[in-house]
Amino acid sequence: MSKRLLGLILVLPALATITLLFIVPLAASVVGAFEVEGRYGLGNFDKAFALYSQDILFTVVIVSLSTAIIGLVAIAIGGYLTLGENPVAVAILRWLYRWPLFIPFIVVGQVLRTFLAKNGMMNNTLVSLGILTPLETTSFLDWRGIVIAFVWKQAPFVALLVSGAMASLDRGTIEAARNLGASRLRILIEIVVPQVATTLIVGLVLSFVTMMSVLSVPLMINAQSPTMITADIAFRLNAYRDYGVANALGLISLLITASVAWIYLRHNVRSRA
Amino acid sequence: MTSLATTTPATGRRLPRIDLWWLPRGLVLGLLAFIIFGPLTNLVLWTVAERWYFPHALPLEYGFSYWQRVFSPRGNAMESLANSVFVATLTVIVALALAVPAGYALARLRLPLRSLILIAFLIPQAFPNLPVYVNIARLFYGLGLNGTIPGVVLVHVTHGLVYAVWIATAAFSAVDRELEEAARSIGASALRAFRDVTLPLAAPGLMASAIFVFLESLDEFTGSFFVGAPDVNLLPLLLYTAGAGGNYQIASITALLLLVPSIAFMLVVERFLKADVLSRVGH
Repeated sequence: MSKRLLGLILVLPALATITLLFIVPLAASVVGAFEVEGRYGLGNFDKAFALYSQDILFTVVIVSLSTAIIGLVAIAIGGYLTLGENPVAVAILRWLYRWPLFIPFIVVGQVLRTFLAKNGMMNNTLVSLGILTPLETTSFLDWRGIVIAFVWKQAPFVALLVSGAMASLDRGTIEAARNLGASRLRILIEIVVPQVATTLIVGLVLSFVTMMSVLSVPLMINAQSPTMITADIAFRLNAYRDYGVANALGLISLLITASVAWIYLRHNVRSRA
Repeated sequence: MTSLATTTPATGRRLPRIDLWWLPRGLVLGLLAFIIFGPLTNLVLWTVAERWYFPHALPLEYGFSYWQRVFSPRGNAMESLANSVFVATLTVIVALALAVPAGYALARLRLPLRSLILIAFLIPQAFPNLPVYVNIARLFYGLGLNGTIPGVVLVHVTHGLVYAVWIATAAFSAVDRELEEAARSIGASALRAFRDVTLPLAAPGLMASAIFVFLESLDEFTGSFFVGAPDVNLLPLLLYTAGAGGNYQIASITALLLLVPSIAFMLVVERFLKADVLSRVGH
C-alpha cells in the first residue's frame, strides 16, 4: 500500500466527522443565507446590513483590537520569561500568568460581569485607593468589558504557545547580541519575535476565530446595542425564528474569519518555500 | 526556559543590598495578580453573599443558603455536573480515536493538500457555530439524536477535533524519526514500531490534547443549548439560565464548579505539554 493512500485512510475518519457534522450543516446554512421565502436572492443580506451594519463593524473592531492587545501581552510575557534576568520574578510570572488559561468562556463572562460591574471589585478597589469617588464609578460592561474578557482569557493561551517557542530557540544568538551590548527590548524585537512569528500568528489566528464564535461573553457582558454578530444571530433565531438573516450574518462572519485564515495559509506557504 | 542567573556573575559578588528593580517589578506583578485574582475573588465572594448591593464594597451578609439551594434534591446542579463530566469523558475517547491516526498521518506520511487538511479541522472554530448548530439540531431531530447524550457528544467531538488533531500532529512530529526507523530495522512491523516506540513517546502530547478536548467539552455552550437542552442538562446551561435570571449567587456557584477542573488541569499541564511539542503546533 502506498504511503499516500495509507495517510489518507488514517485521516479519513476524522475528516468524515468534520464533513458530516460541520461542513454539511455549514453548507446548508450558506445556502439558507440566500433563501428568501423559497426563492434565492440577496434579501437576507440587505436586511442584515440594514439592521446590523453597525454591529458588524463593532465586531471587527472589537476582535481586531483584542487580537492586537493579546499579541502584545503574549510577547511581553513570553519575552520576560525568556530574557528576564531575575529568576524569582520569572518564576512568579510563570506561576501567575496561566491561571485564566483553561477557564471556560461562560465562566469568564460570569466572573468579569461581577468584577467590572458598578459595584464590582475593580471599582471598589479604585475607590479605596482614592483614585475614584463612589459617584465617579461607571460600569465597564460595554465594549470595554468584551475586550477585557477576550484578552483575559486568550492572552495566556497565546503567551503559553509563544513562550514555548521562545524557549526552544537557540540561545547562542541571544547571548551574542547581549555581549555586544544590545538591550533586552532590542533583542526581543529584532531577534526573538521574528523567530517565533509563525507560532505567534498561529496563536493569534486561533484566538481570532475563537473570539468570532463566542456567544456567551457578548450575551453576558454586553447584550445591548451595539453588540457582536453572534448575539445578533441568537436574537434573530430566538425572537423571530428568522433563519435567513441569521445565516446571512453567519456567512458575513465566515468571510471575516476566512480572510484571517488566508493570512495564516499564505504565511505557512511562504515559510515552507 | 533556563534562568539567566548564570550569565550575570557580577551580582553574585556584590554585598546583599536592596534591589531597586523590585519596585517596578513588584508593581507590575502586583497589578497582574490583581487583574487575574481580583475577578476570581469577586466570584467567590458572590457565592457566599446573602445580601450585596451598591455602594457596599463587601457583602452585607454571608451564608451558605444558596449552596443549599444548588445542592438540594430539587436543584439540578448535581445532575448537570454528572452529565457534564460524562459527556466530556466520552468526547475525549471519541476525539482521540479519530485524532491519533489523523495526527500520525499528518506528521509522518506524505499527504496531498496537507495545509488544506489542517485548515479543514480549523473550520469548526472558524465559523460562528450558531447557525450550524441549528442545522445540526434539525438533522439530529430526524435521526432521533436530539436531546440525547450521544448527540451532544458528537457535537462536542466536532468542536474539539481542532485541538485534538493539531496537538496530536505536533506531538508525533516531535518524536525522533530515527527511533522509529531503528525499531523497523531490527525487524519490528510498522504497527509494532508505532505501538511500542512512537505512541509512548508522543503520549504526553496526546495527554495534553485530551485535556484540551475535555475542557472544550466542559466549556461548550452553544451546541449543548441547541442539541442538548432541555433534555440533557449541562453545567454551562445551568450557569447561563441562572445568570440570565439575575441570580448572581447560583450563577457564581455553578461557575465555581466549572472552575475547579479547569484550574486543576492548569496546574499539571506543563508536565504534558513540553516546549518541543508546543513549538510545532500548527506547522
